[in-house]
Amino acid sequence: MEATAQTSKGKSARILGWLAVIAILLGLYVGLIFAPPDKFQGQLQRIMYLHIPSILTAYLAFFIVFVGSCLYLWKGEPRDDILAHSAAEVGVLFTALTILEGSIWGRPTWGVWWTWDARLTLTAILLLIFVGYLMLRALTEDESRAAVSGAVLGIIGFFDIPLIHMSVKWFRTLHQQASILQPDKAPWENVAPPMLAALGINFVGFVLLFFYLLSLRLRLGETTQEIKRLKLYGRS
Amino acid sequence: MGTLKQTYWLLWKDVLLEIRRRETLLSMFFFGTVLLFLFHFSFEIPREQTARMAPGLLWLAFIFTGTLALTQLFQGEKESRCLDALLLCPMDRGALYLAKVFFNLIMMVVVEVVIFPLFGVLFNLDFWRLLPSLFFVVLLGTIGFCVLGTLFSALTLRARAKELLLPLILFPLMIPAILGTVRAMQILLGAGPGQEFYPWLRLLIGFDVIFMTAGFLIFEWVIEE
Repeated sequence: MEATAQTSKGKSARILGWLAVIAILLGLYVGLIFAPPDKFQGQLQRIMYLHIPSILTAYLAFFIVFVGSCLYLWKGEPRDDILAHSAAEVGVLFTALTILEGSIWGRPTWGVWWTWDARLTLTAILLLIFVGYLMLRALTEDESRAAVSGAVLGIIGFFDIPLIHMSVKWFRTLHQQASILQPDKAPWENVAPPMLAALGINFVGFVLLFFYLLSLRLRLGETTQEIKRLKLYGRS
Repeated sequence: MGTLKQTYWLLWKDVLLEIRRRETLLSMFFFGTVLLFLFHFSFEIPREQTARMAPGLLWLAFIFTGTLALTQLFQGEKESRCLDALLLCPMDRGALYLAKVFFNLIMMVVVEVVIFPLFGVLFNLDFWRLLPSLFFVVLLGTIGFCVLGTLFSALTLRARAKELLLPLILFPLMIPAILGTVRAMQILLGAGPGQEFYPWLRLLIGFDVIFMTAGFLIFEWVIEE
């Protein structure tokens, strides 16, 4: 019975993975070939089709960390903790990717790999916070302790993000102003439809990829726990 | 016994221990002084730059010495198994949290009261007239540091390499308070636009209130065996 549940889970994860591959390939085609180059930035702007989806996915991941942490403190189900932990790991990956892509874009555009602009700084701090989260969990040996510690940090970190955002924004702002969401115009008046399409498709692809990775990591977490349980108590 | 009274007695226990031992306070004070010398040798600040750089250096000295105190905060309780006894007591866990926050705050304020004028003398900074308002800003920042720091000190209590781990998770989350304190002090010293003073102050107060409340509420899970 359990074995069938496992295989069906594995199957749906594989389907998710393939869907992600298809969506990202399609998004890359639309973004790299179909969409026109930008009026001001030329070909360089195309990195945006990866940059924005990856940071949005990272935000999604950290929101899931927050939700999983709250649920764990509330109900104490190990499953919620595995969810938060897995989402944090995948979120760190996507945040690191975002910074890397931004750096590659920044060098030809701004002339530097890195600048202390508000949004860049915020993203880097986000990465530091969640690397700290993973370190805390890795260095706490007792597992239920690690889960509680992680949950507390996940919640505190989530509440801190708006404050960090506000403070670094007051500190300095130089980032490209948001070009899609402007108050007086609809999105399609600011950005050519093929560009929006590329962005949208890639976003869907990244979210699918995220959930694929998350499901793999979740299964890994559950399996680890099951093995530990078997080692302790044997087959019941 | 109400929460406040419990807090008072728990705080008194720590203060009494520190008065008798004086270990942490002395090492904090000397570490702070050593830092001032290191700052002088690393930067050799020109006279006209002092007002702009002093807030950052002072605040760095304060949070480094504060971290020293934080890593020791629950050490006594852990070693003598006093923590188990405290947890067995029918009392509000929040009281334990508040007591530890106030204890760390007292320690840091005592050190700051000494380091502040020392900095003025060593770096030739003429800020005596501004001292009360500067100190008020530092106090707000220090409260923020203590409320979050106490929570994480308890969180890392059972982790390996906890002295390393604590600053690693605490400092990134402290950024709003660090920025707020440094900027507000710079403005007071005349090295920043005056109209930004109150927004920074509000940010600091907001930070303190949010995390004091969060810490008080969440501490129960943090300290539970």
